[in-house]
Amino acid sequence: MTTIAGIRKLLTTKQASCVELARQYSDAAARENALLKAYITLTPDEALYAAAEVDAKIARGETLPPLAGVPFVLKDNISTAGLRTTCGSKMLESYVPFYDAAVWESLKAQGCVIVGKGNMDEFAMGSTNETSYFGGARNPQNTERVAGGSSGGVAAAVASGTAVFGIGSDTGGSIRQPASFCGIVGLKPTYGAVSRHGLIAYASSLDQIGPLTTSVEDAAAVFDAISARDARDMTSHGSEPVSPKLTGDVRGLKVGIAREFYESLPDDIASALDFTAKTLEKLGATLVPVEFPMLKHALPTYYILACAEASSNLGRYDGLRYGHRAESFGSLDEFIKKTRSEGFGAEVQRRILLGTYVLSAGYYDAYYNKAQLLRRAIVNDFTRLLGEVDFLLTPTAPITALKFGANLTPVETYQTDICTVPINIAGVPAVSIPCGFDRDGLPVGAQLIGAKFGEATILNAALAFERETAGSFIRLPDMGVKL
Amino acid sequence: MTWEMVIGLETHVELSTKTKIFCSCTTEFGGEPNTHCCPVCTGMPGSLPVLNRAVTEYAARAGLALGGAIQNRSIMSRKHYVYPDLPKAYQVSQYDLPLCVGGGITLSNGRRIDLTRIHIEEDAGKLVHVGREVLIDYNRGGVPLIEIVTEPDFRSADEVTEYMERLQTALRAIGVSDCRMQEGSMRCDVNISLRQVGAEKYGIRAEVKNLNSFTSVAAAIAYEFERQAEILEAGGTVVQETRSFDADTGITAPLRDKENADDYRYFPEPDIVPVLLTDELIDALRVALPEMPDAKLARYVAELGVAEADAKLLTKYSAVSRYFEAASEGVSPRTVASFMVSTMFAQVTTEAEREKWNPSVTAAMLRELIELIESGKVSRNVAKRVYSQMAEEGRAATAFLSAEDMEQFDDAKLTELCRAAVEGNPKSVADYLKGKDKALKAIVGAVMRETKGRADALETERIIKDIISESSVESV
Repeated sequence: MTTIAGIRKLLTTKQASCVELARQYSDAAARENALLKAYITLTPDEALYAAAEVDAKIARGETLPPLAGVPFVLKDNISTAGLRTTCGSKMLESYVPFYDAAVWESLKAQGCVIVGKGNMDEFAMGSTNETSYFGGARNPQNTERVAGGSSGGVAAAVASGTAVFGIGSDTGGSIRQPASFCGIVGLKPTYGAVSRHGLIAYASSLDQIGPLTTSVEDAAAVFDAISARDARDMTSHGSEPVSPKLTGDVRGLKVGIAREFYESLPDDIASALDFTAKTLEKLGATLVPVEFPMLKHALPTYYILACAEASSNLGRYDGLRYGHRAESFGSLDEFIKKTRSEGFGAEVQRRILLGTYVLSAGYYDAYYNKAQLLRRAIVNDFTRLLGEVDFLLTPTAPITALKFGANLTPVETYQTDICTVPINIAGVPAVSIPCGFDRDGLPVGAQLIGAKFGEATILNAALAFERETAGSFIRLPDMGVKL
Repeated sequence: MTWEMVIGLETHVELSTKTKIFCSCTTEFGGEPNTHCCPVCTGMPGSLPVLNRAVTEYAARAGLALGGAIQNRSIMSRKHYVYPDLPKAYQVSQYDLPLCVGGGITLSNGRRIDLTRIHIEEDAGKLVHVGREVLIDYNRGGVPLIEIVTEPDFRSADEVTEYMERLQTALRAIGVSDCRMQEGSMRCDVNISLRQVGAEKYGIRAEVKNLNSFTSVAAAIAYEFERQAEILEAGGTVVQETRSFDADTGITAPLRDKENADDYRYFPEPDIVPVLLTDELIDALRVALPEMPDAKLARYVAELGVAEADAKLLTKYSAVSRYFEAASEGVSPRTVASFMVSTMFAQVTTEAEREKWNPSVTAAMLRELIELIESGKVSRNVAKRVYSQMAEEGRAATAFLSAEDMEQFDDAKLTELCRAAVEGNPKSVADYLKGKDKALKAIVGAVMRETKGRADALETERIIKDIISESSVESV
C-alpha cells in the first residue's frame, strides 16, 4: 500500500523514475483486472506519456505539483477527450468525448498518471456495481463480494493497490459506500466544492465528485487538487484548501450521535461504530445524542428527486449523434425507442420510468413537489443539527459488502442507501473511513458528516481516529504494486 | 351566426446578444452547418449551461420597454420533448417563475393588449431536408430567445399585425433584437378561438405554431376563422390541438394526434442557479432605456411640429430617428422630416436598408441643404435634384449649386412670372374656375418650366391662386 507521500518520496529521492512507476501500476492493473474488473478501460499509453512529462520536469529540476506522478483511477463517467467514457453502459460503450472534464484537467495539470477508467454501475445507478454493462467489479478484500456502488471499480482499483488514489462521483453514496465495502477512505465533498463540468450527469442537484484514498491525508490532498470554483459550472463554489488545517486534534469538538441511523443495525457494525465513538471521546471530543426524525423520509425523497433528474438527463441518449444505435428501424420514433431499449440496462430503464412518472402531469404535485418540500425539511434538519454539534457520526451503510448475485429486490437494494442519501439531499460533506471488521472479516465504514464546507472538520476527526488506531483498519490485500 | 375571433399570441424573439444563452458560441445567423457549436449547445454528456448575463439584461430591457414588472428572482426550468433538433431532449426555458410579468401594448384603435409574461429560453437547432435525408444543423441551438405571451385580447387579424409591428419597433428601438421574420429571429404561435358576438365565454382554441411572416400570421388566422366557424356552424366542437401552417397552401393541419398530447414535465433546471436581478440593476436598466417609439412619435408631433405620418415613419427605425434628430439641429424639424420622407425614403425602400440607415449624405450635409431651403436660397425642387447628386457623389450641397440655382425669387419676381403664366393659359384658368383643381397644375408647371424648377412649387401655387381669385373677382 502506497500513499501520495510515498510516491513523492520515491520520485524526489530518485529511487524510481515516474515512467518505471507508471509501467508497474499499468502492468499490475492489467494483471489484477482480469479478476477484479476494477477498470473498464486501461490507459497504459496515457500513463506513460504523463509519467515521461513528470520525469522531464524532475530532470529539469522543476518544482513538482503535490500530486505529480501519482498513479490514479478515474471513474468512467468523467469525460476524457480522446479516451472512451462509457458510464458503465452499452449506450456509451464506444463513446469518445471531445472535451475534458474539469477534474481531469486539474489532475493532468498536476502531472497525475492515469492508470485507467474505473468500473461503475450503469450511469452510476446501483449499489453493488452489478448494473455495469461490463460486469461488476470484485472486492479486493474478498473477491466473492461486490466492490459496492456505484464507484465500485474505483474503490477496487485503489484497495487493490493498482492505483494510489481514485476519483469517484457520489449521488447517493456512490463514493462512501464502495469505500466502506473495500476498506478505504471516501470523501463526498460539499455540493459545489468540485466542478461537475464534464461529469456525465445522473442527478445534477445531487452529483458530486470526490476522492477515494488509502489515507485521510491523501483524501485531503486530492480534494485540495480538485476543488476549485469553475466558471463552467454555475453551481460550483470551490473550497479553501483543507490540508493545512489538518491537525488531528478533536479536543472540544461535539460529535452528534443520531439514534435513527443506528436502528436495526447488525451487532458487528454497531460495535465497530461504538468503538469509533468511544475512540473520539477518548481523544477529547464530546458525544452528544441528537435526533434526526427526517431520516425516514430521506429514501423516498432521494429516489423521487434522483430519478426525476435522471429521466431528464438521460433523455439525450437517442443514438442520433453518438452512442449506441439501433440497427433496423422503421421510423424515427422506432429508432429512438429501440436504441434506448437496447442501450440501457434494466436498472437505468426502471429509474427513467420512475422519474418520468413522478414528473408527469397529474403526478408532479403528489411526488416531485412533495419531495422538494421534504428536501427543504431535510436541509433544515441538518442545518439545525450541525448548529448544535460539529459533526455527526453514523455508519456509512447498514451492511458490509454483499455477495455477488445476492438478489435483493430493487427496493431492498435502495434501502441499503439509507445512511448516505440524506447527505446528498442536504448537500453537506461526509467522509467514510474504515473503522472495523464484521464477523466475516469484511470492512465496516464509519461516516462523518459535516456542515457545508466543513470538510476540514470531518477530515480532522477522521485523521485523529486513523492516527489513534495506527491505521489498523486499513488492511489491504496482497495485490497490486509492491514498492 | 356572427362569430368573433379571440386571439392570444406567443411571440418568440431572438435576442441579439453576441454569444449564445449558455455558452460562448456566436449567435451569428448562417455559417457553415454545425460550426457555431460546442459541447454545451449540442448537449454533449457532462456539459453544463452557464447563463449569459447579457441575456437576462436584454430580456429585462425588453420587459421594461413593454411596461412589464421585472422579477427579482426567476427560475430556469426544463421543458421536455423529443425531437432531433433538441439535443438534450429538453429545452431550457422558464415556467412558473418567469423573468417578467405583465406589461402591454396599446393599439391605434385604443384597445390595449395585455402581456401575460416574458420569459427567456434557448432556441433549438434546425432540420435540413436534403432529398430523402434529414440533416441537423445545431448552429441556432442555444441562441437566446424571449417568448412574449399575450392575454387573449386580440379580436381581429389587423390587431395582431399592428401589435407585431409595434412590438418589432419597440424591440428594435432598444436594440435587443433585429426582429427579422424572414431570418427567423421573430416567430409567432397564434392561439385562436371563436365565440358568438356578445358571448362572454371563450371558445375552444387551436394553436397554430411557428408562423414566420406577417402574411402567414394573417393567412393562418383567416384560415382558422373559416375552419372553426364551419365546425361550429355545423354544430361541432373545435378540437384543442396544436396545428401547423403551410405557407404554400395557406392551410393549417394538426401537428400531433391527441394521444401524444404534450406533457412537457417541467421541473426546475438544477444546473442553473436562480436568476437574481436586484432593484438597483433593474432601475439602472430602466433609466438607460432609450425613448420608446410611441413617446418619440408624440414628441415629434407635439414639440417638433412634424406631420404625424412623417413622424410614424421616422420613429419606426431607431437609426432613422437618430439621423433625423441630428439633421434637425438648428433647422426646422418639420422641413427635415418632410424632406426625408418624400426624398430619402423614396430611395431607401427595403426594410433592411431602412433599419441600417447609412445614407452617403450625412446628417450634417442634409442640415446644410435644409438651411439653404429655409433661407430661400434654393427651392425644394432644386434641393431634390441637388440631393440626388449629393447622394451619388457623397459631397456637400454647395458643390452642386450653380449661380442660377441660387438665384433668388423674391415675391415680386415670382408674382410677375405667375401673372404671365395665368395670362398665357386662359383655358386652364377657365377650367380651374369651373372646379377642375387639376388645371392649376398646368399653370404652376409653366412657372416651373420658366424658372427651370427653381421656384417653390407650393409658393407658386399659392400666388397663382391669389392672382386668379383677384381677377375673377374683378371680372364679376
